[in-house]
This record gives sequence, structure tokens and C-alpha cells, in this order.
Amino acid sequence: MIRWLVIPGIQIAVLLGVALLFILYLQLIERKILAFMQVRLAPRRVGWHGILQPIADTIKLMIKEDTVPARADRFLFTLAPIVTVAPALLALAVIPVAGEPIHVWGYAITPWVADLNIALIFLLAISSLGIYGIILGGWSSNSKYSLLGALRSSAQMISYEVPLGFALIGVMMLAGSASMVQIVEAQKAAGWWFVFPQVIGFFCYFVSAVAETNRIPFDLPEAESELVAGFHTEYSGMKFALFFMAEYTNMVIVSCIVTLAFFGGWLRPFPNVAAFDWLENGWLFLAPLVIGGFAGWLLDRRFGSGLRLMFSGGVLGALVGLGLGAGDVGGLASMRVPQLSGAFWFATKVMFFIFMYIWFRGTYPRYRYDQLMNLGWKWLIPLSIANVLATGLVMLLRGGGGA
Amino acid sequence: MFRTEEMEINMGPQHPSTHGVLRLVLQLDGEEIRAMRPVIGYLHRGVEKLCEHRTFPMIEPLTDRLDYVAAISENLGYCGAVERLMGVQVPPRAQYIRVVLAELQRLASHLLWLGTHALDLGAMTVFFYTFREREIILDLFESFCGARLTYNSMRIGGLYEDVPRGWFDRVRHFLKIFPGRMQEYEDLLTVNRIFVGRTKGVGLLSAADAVAWGVSGPPLRASGVNYDVRKAIPYSSYEEFEFDVPLGANGDTYDRYLVRMEEMRQSCRILRQALDRMPDGEVRAKVPKYIKPPAGEVYHVVESPRGEQGFYIVATGGEMPYRMRFRAPSFVNTQALPLMCRGRLMADVVAIIGSIDIVLGDCDR
Repeated sequence: MIRWLVIPGIQIAVLLGVALLFILYLQLIERKILAFMQVRLAPRRVGWHGILQPIADTIKLMIKEDTVPARADRFLFTLAPIVTVAPALLALAVIPVAGEPIHVWGYAITPWVADLNIALIFLLAISSLGIYGIILGGWSSNSKYSLLGALRSSAQMISYEVPLGFALIGVMMLAGSASMVQIVEAQKAAGWWFVFPQVIGFFCYFVSAVAETNRIPFDLPEAESELVAGFHTEYSGMKFALFFMAEYTNMVIVSCIVTLAFFGGWLRPFPNVAAFDWLENGWLFLAPLVIGGFAGWLLDRRFGSGLRLMFSGGVLGALVGLGLGAGDVGGLASMRVPQLSGAFWFATKVMFFIFMYIWFRGTYPRYRYDQLMNLGWKWLIPLSIANVLATGLVMLLRGGGGA
Repeated sequence: MFRTEEMEINMGPQHPSTHGVLRLVLQLDGEEIRAMRPVIGYLHRGVEKLCEHRTFPMIEPLTDRLDYVAAISENLGYCGAVERLMGVQVPPRAQYIRVVLAELQRLASHLLWLGTHALDLGAMTVFFYTFREREIILDLFESFCGARLTYNSMRIGGLYEDVPRGWFDRVRHFLKIFPGRMQEYEDLLTVNRIFVGRTKGVGLLSAADAVAWGVSGPPLRASGVNYDVRKAIPYSSYEEFEFDVPLGANGDTYDRYLVRMEEMRQSCRILRQALDRMPDGEVRAKVPKYIKPPAGEVYHVVESPRGEQGFYIVATGGEMPYRMRFRAPSFVNTQALPLMCRGRLMADVVAIIGSIDIVLGDCDR
């Protein structure tokens, strides 16, 4: 009973809770980072430095009037956001956050909901389903802008699904499995992250994934300067919020897949080199660095001293971290909590890729429709297929198995 | 079998990237544009008619509201027209300060264009960068005349007042930091593959077509026609300044971008010369208290950031003009829009609208 009902229940609750809260705050993180790049202030009225802004936004969206355009297909119009958001949330189920299960009263709670042996294929399949929501939403709105946005979106997502799949095949070949946990274990056994043998695969995957999630520079479906808001032009209130949520969930999922398939998931850098064992407790070192840097940055904002205090704070924090590690204060440095350090490394890597997303948004203009198709069909698909062939060839010459 | 129809889509007048209240009716075949019809007039206020019931000094605030992004150029053109009608000689210091104001205005206007153009193409950050610099210029204007958008800063015969103390130093400071800031925009756009891909070869306008449609300003020069009113028919002592007229080769959106970027550099050059050689003396010629130009007609053109801005006045010897007519560069340039957009994709329309840089207040009058 407990094994089949309670534990999965806890896992799902924790996963959804953490993921949804993170997605909620992701938009604040995005606004803050963008604002930092664009010499302006992000929201800072609701709560300290705008810390409650996402909650205020959510409340606003929830109590907003939920309009349905006249002559829209009411059923499909309502269904579309649900169809978009459900697969995105479902995909979270196969994402492992750390390697070791947590033992409570003799029960092992794994840091993933399901370890499917076809996890990668499951992810590809489930993320394709999201397109239906976009097509249905665009079509049922009975608006030309929405329809154009939906058409663009479906063409784009279908085109980019192909290199997306091919790029991951290389990883599956190296790992000999499509299970997320197995892929990370294979990287541990191989002693390096798969991004090194699969650099082309990583490139193809990440570019296609940005396109798949409709983010700049591939955000044509919602190109606000041309199509107003694309497929969700006619949506408001909570229905719009669901589309929004799906977009951010997909961003998180893509970052998770990149981390797991190419960057060793919860593994620390150099997973097999004993000299880097102290990285196992990397949080011990990095946490004071980040906290010191952040505190310094806040003081910078207060006293207008450029970024000097941020750097000094970071250095100071790093020294404190090193001291803690070297002095082994309270046995912290020799303490091994694989779940904690795994989750730390996983979160750090995921955050890096999310930052990349936001960075793109701050930097690039938008592709045009035909250029986007050119890039997908003429460059990414041949490149990813060539990568699969090259991987196969190398494995054959080396006598098969592992990298 | 299958039947395909062309889709008619209405872009504007309330659309994020038609820069005001321009309305475009597009005939689309998929994403390709078969035909386009610009619909204007949503901002028509009848300024020309209003002018017939205002005395000459009272008209100047109305000219602010034509091209509200470059009000100084309008002031300059209007005052120049009346001065020519009356045969007033503007003191050299006033002429130079007018040049400083007009070139700062050109910078401010081009910065607004650059920001919105990049925003239309999806590059968000440039917008905030250009507005940071535009803000400095607007602060300069504010300390000069108290207004940030509609300045009403000139008077017939010169200026209302000399510039405040230390104002030129602030302009100099701006000129010192501006080249570095321009480099930031260029880093983000000029060699950005996506930006070049979106603009190169888009919205071609041949020199012959440009001349035939009466296009003026940066779009004309991007097509390779060397015509700048500041060089061709100098006014306000522009003949005393050394500057180049940047020309494009292909007449596409990218060339129009490059031409405007180079124009900003040339504006800085003019500003530096004007500040270095600023004459002393009066800033306003002796003009009668009641301005009654002699009966006659005058047509005076200036190079506004958008192109050739003309002012045609028919005076009958009274306090008010008999007829006013403005040659609005935005209006004329808009005519070439369907030509540039035909056969292009929908996403190109916003790039092309951005590149001709129209202001609907100017267009609709």
C-alpha cells in the first residue's frame, strides 16, 4: 500500500510543488536577469525587490475575466490550454534530480517519479503532444492572427522535432539505454560528460530545443511585432496563464534534458577524479560564494559602487567556503550526502541553461519564417544525422559499447 | 480538388509595430504578401487648416505636433520659412544654436528609430540602450526650453533665449560618451547574423523608384541618390560645416540601417564643429512685435530626420497665413511601402515599416 500509493503520491506532490513554484518564480528570475542586461529595474513594488510579484501576477490572472471570442469553438478553445500544459507537466515525471534514493523508515524514496527504460523517447513523444494545444488554440480562436501563429508554430515544431530526436540518438547509443538514470550512470562509468563526445549532438539538440519551446530567436509563433501575440492572441486570464506556464515548463524540461543527457545530470564535474572529491560538497564552497556575491551586489546597488563589492563579496565567500572545507568544520567537508550534492549540481546546471535561454532573449533578434525552415532542414537535420553516423562509426571501430 | 484563398489581414491601426496608427490591409497568400494597401488619416487633426486661423507666432506650437519625434526640425523649418518671407537675417549665434538643436534632435529621432526597429525584429535590448542615450538628449532639451517632446523652442528671427550656462559642456560630455554607446548597438546588430539576414535584400527600393515616388531622407540616400537638403539647399549656415552624406548601394533595409547609423556619426561631427566655432552675440534678430509678413509665397525645405520637410506659406500681408501646406516626408515615404513589400513575407513588413521610419503625426497632419 505504502509502496504503491503513498510514496509515489509524496514524490508527485513534491515534484509538482517544487516545479510549479520554480516555474512561477522563473518569470521573476527572467525579468530580473533581463532587467540587469537592459540597464533597468525589474519589478520591485510587490514585496522586497518584487519577490511577491509572481504571486500578484497569478492572482491577477486568476481573477481576470475569462473571455471567449464570439464564434470561437468554445469546447476546443477551453481544451487547448489544458492540452498544452498537461504533457509539459507529465514530462517532469521522468526527470531524476539526484542519483541516490532517500531512505525513510526502511522505504526508499527515489528522487524521480518514474525511471522508464524509454524515458528519452517518452519525453520526445510527450513534448510533441503540446503542439496539438497550440494548433487547437490558434484555430478555435477564430482569429487570423491566431491562425497564422498556430500554423507557424506547428510547422516549426514539427520541423525541429526531427533534429531533436536525432541529436539524442547519439547519447542513447553511447549509453546503451534510453533511461535517464542509466544515461547518467553511463556518463559516470565513461568518466566524462557526454557533451564531449557528442558536442555536435549537444549543439543540434540545444538549438532545436530553443526552437521547440518557441523562444527567441525562434519565437515566431508569438512574434508580437507581426502577429500581435500569435496563437494566444485571444486568450486571457487563467487560460492564457496555462499557455504561459507550459512555455516555462518546457524551458525547464529542456534544460533538464540537456543537463541529464549531455552534462552528467547530478554528477559533479570530473566524476571519477579523486582529486576533485571536494566538489562532491560543491555547495559548501559555492553557497558562500553566491551568498557573498549576492550580498555584495545588493550593497553595490545601495551605495552605487559599480560591481566592486559584488566581486569582493564573492571572493570573501569563496575563501570562507574553502576554509570550511579545509578546516573540516563540524565535519561538513567530509560529510557525504549524495542526494543533496546531486540535487545541488543538477540545479546548478539546469539554472545555467535557463540563464542561456534568458541570455538569448536579451541578445538576439527573431528569425524569419523561411530562414527558420532553412536552418532546420538544411543545417540541423543533416548535421544531426551525420552525428549519429559518426558516433556509430567510432563505436564500431572501437569495438562497440560505451564511449 | 483543393481550393486556396488569399487571406486579407488587417494590420493596425492598433498594432504593436505599425508605429502609431498606420493601418495596413494585407493580401496574404500563406505568409507571402500579394498586395498591400496603407490606410492613413487616423491622426488627422487638420493642422494646415488650423494654421489659417492662427497668427504666425501661434503656428509654431502646432508644428511641434506634426513630427512629434523631431519637433525641433519642424520648428526650424517653419521659422525659416517665415524668416525668408520677411527677409529677416538670423544672427549667427542663433543659427549655430539651431544647428546644435537640430542635430541633437536628429540623434534623438534616430535613436528612437533604432530602438523600435530592433524591437520589431525581436531584439529587445537595443531599445533600452538607445532610450538611455535619448534620455540624455531629452534632458538637454528640457534644460534648454523646459519641454521634452514638443519644444516650441524657436522664435521667428532666432531663439527665445540663449542656452543656459554650462549647457554646451553637457553637450560636449554627451558627445564624449556617445561613440562608445553607439559601438554597443553595433555590437548587437551590425554583424549579428540574424539581424543581417532579416534586413539584407529586404524591401528593395531602386534609385529610380525612390526618385519617382518622391522618397527623401535616409531611404533615398540608402538607394544611392546623393540628395541631402543640408548640402543641396543649405539653411541655417549648414554650408559652413564639414560632413559627409552617407550613401547606400542596394537600397535595402540593411542599407537604410547603415545610412542612419553613419548619419548619427556625422551629426556628432557637425555638433563638435558647431560647439568649437560657436559665435557670440545676439540670439534674436530685430523683428516687429506683430509679425505681418509681406504678401507673397514661400517654400522652404529642411532636412528633418525623416527626409525633406517642406513648408509652403501663402501670405496676404496680414497676421495670419492665407494658406499653409506641409510637405511631410513620412507621407511621401509611406507611398513607397507597397512597392517595397510586394512579394515579401509578412515578417518583412515590420522590418520595412521600421526602416522607412515614419511618424504618423507627420503623415496625417
